[in-house]
Amino acid sequence: MSGEAASGALAGHGAEAAQAAGKAAEQAPGLMDHLPALVVLVPFLAAPLVVLLGARRLAWPVTFAAALFSLAAALALLSQVLGGAAISYHIGGWAPPLGIEYRIDAANAFVMVIVSAIAVAILPYARASIAAEIPARQHVLFHALFLLALAGLLGVSATGDAFNLFVFLEISSLSTYVLVAMGAYRDKRALTTAFNYLLMGTTGATFFVIGIGFLYMSTGTLNMADLAQLIAQQPGNRTIHAGFAFILVGMGLKVAMYPLHLWLPGAYSYAPSAVSAFLAATATKVAVYVMLRFLFSVFGPAYPFEASALGLVVLPLALLAMFAASFIAIFQVNFKKMLAYSSIAQVGYMLLGIAMLSQTALSGAIVHLFNHAITKATLFMVIGAYVLRAGGAFYRDIEGIGRVMPLTSAAGVIGGLSLIGVPGTAGFVSKWLLVQGALEKGWWWLALLVVASSLLAVVYVWKGIEVAYLRSPRDDVDRREAPLAMLVPIWVMAIATIWFGLSAEWTVGAARTAAEALMHGASEIVISGGVGR
Amino acid sequence: MRHHLILRVITKILAGTIMLFAFYVQFHGDYSPGGGFQAGVILAVAFILYGLVFSVETVQRVMPPWLVHRAMALGLLLYAGTGVAALLLGYNFLDYAALNAHDPEHGQELGILLVEGGVGITVTAVMLSIYYAFVGRTPVIGDEEW
Repeated sequence: MSGEAASGALAGHGAEAAQAAGKAAEQAPGLMDHLPALVVLVPFLAAPLVVLLGARRLAWPVTFAAALFSLAAALALLSQVLGGAAISYHIGGWAPPLGIEYRIDAANAFVMVIVSAIAVAILPYARASIAAEIPARQHVLFHALFLLALAGLLGVSATGDAFNLFVFLEISSLSTYVLVAMGAYRDKRALTTAFNYLLMGTTGATFFVIGIGFLYMSTGTLNMADLAQLIAQQPGNRTIHAGFAFILVGMGLKVAMYPLHLWLPGAYSYAPSAVSAFLAATATKVAVYVMLRFLFSVFGPAYPFEASALGLVVLPLALLAMFAASFIAIFQVNFKKMLAYSSIAQVGYMLLGIAMLSQTALSGAIVHLFNHAITKATLFMVIGAYVLRAGGAFYRDIEGIGRVMPLTSAAGVIGGLSLIGVPGTAGFVSKWLLVQGALEKGWWWLALLVVASSLLAVVYVWKGIEVAYLRSPRDDVDRREAPLAMLVPIWVMAIATIWFGLSAEWTVGAARTAAEALMHGASEIVISGGVGR
Repeated sequence: MRHHLILRVITKILAGTIMLFAFYVQFHGDYSPGGGFQAGVILAVAFILYGLVFSVETVQRVMPPWLVHRAMALGLLLYAGTGVAALLLGYNFLDYAALNAHDPEHGQELGILLVEGGVGITVTAVMLSIYYAFVGRTPVIGDEEW
């Protein structure tokens, strides 16, 4: 870490350049100092590289290597910031607030670990899955898009600049629209779904960028840390209020907050299986992170407009999501759609943790990001294996499949239990924290509602288990277990679901530090890489 | 288009002029209005005009789709590669001052030239591939496929 005080920004240009040159000569910043940029940059560069190489055999190894690098980098960054510090990296050597800054603290490092870990777990699975679902001539483009989506999601997490965040949000969204549309090779409805997703997603992004515009209008800055300071100085500013509302609604669309969720069931159901798994585990999680960042770091719980917005709007909607979406999930006849509605309900839990405005509940929401990501990745990968063998995700396609594919289905049961929140699975840990957060505030009714909504999850998970185990298998089903390349990632995720349910210290510890960083800021800021001008 | 003599002759003359103008906009981008985006669109216009008058097949002989796809990636790599070059030279990502250690301002100029070059290549390729996608559209989806 070649940290140096940001006072260098005040030095004259020539002297500064000479100083920087001298510093580069004596102690050039190493690879580790550039990690905040490289974690995003490597998958981003790998995407055009895959297209340029154009060889189908090279596409997967390059993609996997890039995802692995991002995971290693994200883990290294997380270990550096778990003490409570934040790393600041100045892109192009321009010091913030004028330049674009990447600022890594425990919250976004944690999200980056989730995103890159899921990518690493899903890629080996995707190799087998897309071979069956996407024609070979599109594989190169599939990998390029996957990398762009990954880079976009990591970029959204890494950046400390509000407009840069919007750009990365668009990079990830545009590539996911196309990834969803690639499901059209199996089911043409993926095309209309992707178009629907495009319209809703773009509306969300537009609301978001209008909100950013309002903030920029009143403060003249786009740097989030700078925004936070300037917004705190003008609590009664109507323009900032409007900006807040636009950002909340825009991200609400991306998060799939209950009445704004209509794009989600279709997108998750008709996308190729590997894409469903990746999206369900990462895309909404990153959007929730953006919401957290704006609600807690940029505006802050002390912002007068915020508590009422969260209490009167987000809290009821979160509760509505938990019940209504779970209820809809019960009546689905398609496994993927059922899981998609369950995702909307689970997003409700995260929003609930946000809306309670307490540190325990917030860490509950953050740990639920992680736990729900691994749970949903397990389940969607299981469904993908069913689709491969049974040809569809409708309940009638997979009747009795638990006897034909025992290993895959057992992993599915573990995922289902975690979805309910059975003790010993990851889902329990986060719900426990949420209940604790509610009890801390004395809102025992809320704790009861969390438990009650879990009962709805019992119903839809049981329905899935009943279809898979208690009915007799169809005769025309391909009577084979899923290929090993799919089974191994499925079981890695299933074991992770149990592992993080039994030993929750690491995840809960990281989530608590992240909540601390979001609510109170970092204890110190370390400048990584070269110093800004 | 065989009997549209005037159109064909004018197109042949104009295509070259448009390309020249594109390069003019490209290389003046760093100190006057213009740059990679505008130049990329203008350069693509030369090809699209040629394609409109002399058929897509003719223009695809000069600019085959596989080349267009590669060029898209190449431009992006040129942009990001300039940033990575700075990173490898011990500066921050995209700090063009790294490109000329003795005179940072010349480094900045070189950096922006390379980056704009990357933008120009990618924009040209994207415009062309959009054009190819529209004119080379596959037949609409039949009712029975739903």
